[in-house]
Amino acid sequence: MAILEVKGIKKSFGSTNVLKGIDFSLEKGEVIAIIGSSGSGKTTLLRCLNFLEFADEGTISVNGEVLYDGVAESSAKKKLKNDDKRLRKQRLHFGLVFQNFNLFPHKSVMGNLMLAPVLQAKSELSFMERWRFEKSDAYAAIREKALATLKRVGLIEKKDSYPCELSGGQQQRVAIARALVMNPDILCFDEPTSALDPELTGEVLKVIRELKDSSTTMIVVTHEMEFARDVADKVIYMADGVIEEAGTPEEVFGSPKSERTKAFLASRKNAAAIQEDKPE
Amino acid sequence: MKFIDVTLQLLDGFGTTCLLFALTLVFALPLGLLICFGSMTKFKPLRYLTRAFVWIIRGTPLMLQLFVVFYVPGMLFDNPIFSQFANGRFVAALVAFVINYACYFSEIYRGGIESISKGQYEACAVLGMTKGQTFFHVVLPQVVKRIVPPMSNEIITLVKDTSLARVIAVIDIVFAAETILSLKALIWPLFYAGAFYLIFNGLLTLLFGFIEKKLSYYKV
Ligand SMILES: Nc1ncnc2c1ncn2[C@@H]1O[C@H](COP(=O)(O)OP(=O)(O)O)[C@@H](O)[C@H]1O
Ligand SMILES: [Mg+2]
Repeated sequence: MAILEVKGIKKSFGSTNVLKGIDFSLEKGEVIAIIGSSGSGKTTLLRCLNFLEFADEGTISVNGEVLYDGVAESSAKKKLKNDDKRLRKQRLHFGLVFQNFNLFPHKSVMGNLMLAPVLQAKSELSFMERWRFEKSDAYAAIREKALATLKRVGLIEKKDSYPCELSGGQQQRVAIARALVMNPDILCFDEPTSALDPELTGEVLKVIRELKDSSTTMIVVTHEMEFARDVADKVIYMADGVIEEAGTPEEVFGSPKSERTKAFLASRKNAAAIQEDKPE
Repeated sequence: MKFIDVTLQLLDGFGTTCLLFALTLVFALPLGLLICFGSMTKFKPLRYLTRAFVWIIRGTPLMLQLFVVFYVPGMLFDNPIFSQFANGRFVAALVAFVINYACYFSEIYRGGIESISKGQYEACAVLGMTKGQTFFHVVLPQVVKRIVPPMSNEIITLVKDTSLARVIAVIDIVFAAETILSLKALIWPLFYAGAFYLIFNGLLTLLFGFIEKKLSYYKV
């Protein structure tokens, strides 16, 4: 059974239809790369999955359970918005890594990783238990988990640093670790390397590659065609709010069927060639 | 009149000055946060009402507001409440100062809260944090850091503004010095009073510098 099933997602802002019916599914451990020119609705799609936006129509199911049904919610769209508890629970199925990291600047690296899990654990405790929480086994477990996750992204020696003391690539790796600590079923990346200097993208892509090797289910919106080609199990090309073409990397990159896909891939190739020609 | 007598009289006035300063802070700091929430609420009537109120208070002289608080209850309701008990004048001054400074503080708070990027709220949301957790653990700590410089300016201005209270005959340090001037024809106690303000503000500046340094362990 698919871990994620997205059906007929539509979303408009005022009179602009940004998503015009998006369908796809994802198996456990699979990686989907979403490519497409800017403005095609990729970010909006990820935001709908993370319930930062609420789709007007369509359903989102995780492990066979319908988390969101646009039609049912639309009569009471306010419902999910206002049902804070349900909203938070549903959001935890997904993780989201932002283009510009959005780390908490006032927290150390460990503080960034531990804030949400600690608050979550504390919220289930009585007042007195909260007081002693930092001495509890639960706290130690969260700390262990955070340390182990930092090791995974190769930043254990930075655990007490603040975000302002890290490079962009390191900050993004912290952001990835922060999302992983919450154990999401599906981890989403919105152009995780777009805000980085070219020489820093490699370290972030390497982390994502390693996550794939440990069977993390991921949706990666990216402009890195090479990366999409060799990491993704499926590639989706989005244009103007629809999935113009979808398939294996060989199908989409090797023998694209749609003219738009061909044009897009050609333009990306040119852009990449210009980048490489550019003298340093 | 001896130096020591002048000092004692000025110290008496300075006690009132300090009390007015401290009590204004105690009430205006939290009230400012409340007014700030009012001016940011999604409920439009309350938002516009709060902003209009802040506009009026910030747009008129504090001295005028002192007169209004002290005299208007008597004229409107035939009940000069602030003249009916011993410290009435002081209380009237305190009310005017608290309202005035709460409005200024509220705007500083609002600037601080609005300067926190949407990304911070969204990061909290996708990590499953509640609105309260987001505000108290992520937004507020960053706001505090950002508002320390403007708040220290405002608080240092408050020290000097307290001298306005004498227009409704609150006996602060300047009032005390003026009294000596008119009774004994001595001018130097006025300058001496200035030294009290300088030292007080010097200490405050040191304190705020210390706080800023404490909070400089991270950059935004
Ligand atoms: N909150 C919003 N309000 C209005 N328009 C929006 C909003 N968010 C996105 N859009 C519009 O939706 C379109 C798709 O945006 P986006 O999902 O960010 O595309 P992509 O990530 O593929 O570049 C754009 O034309 C953008 O202007
Ligand atoms: Mg985008």
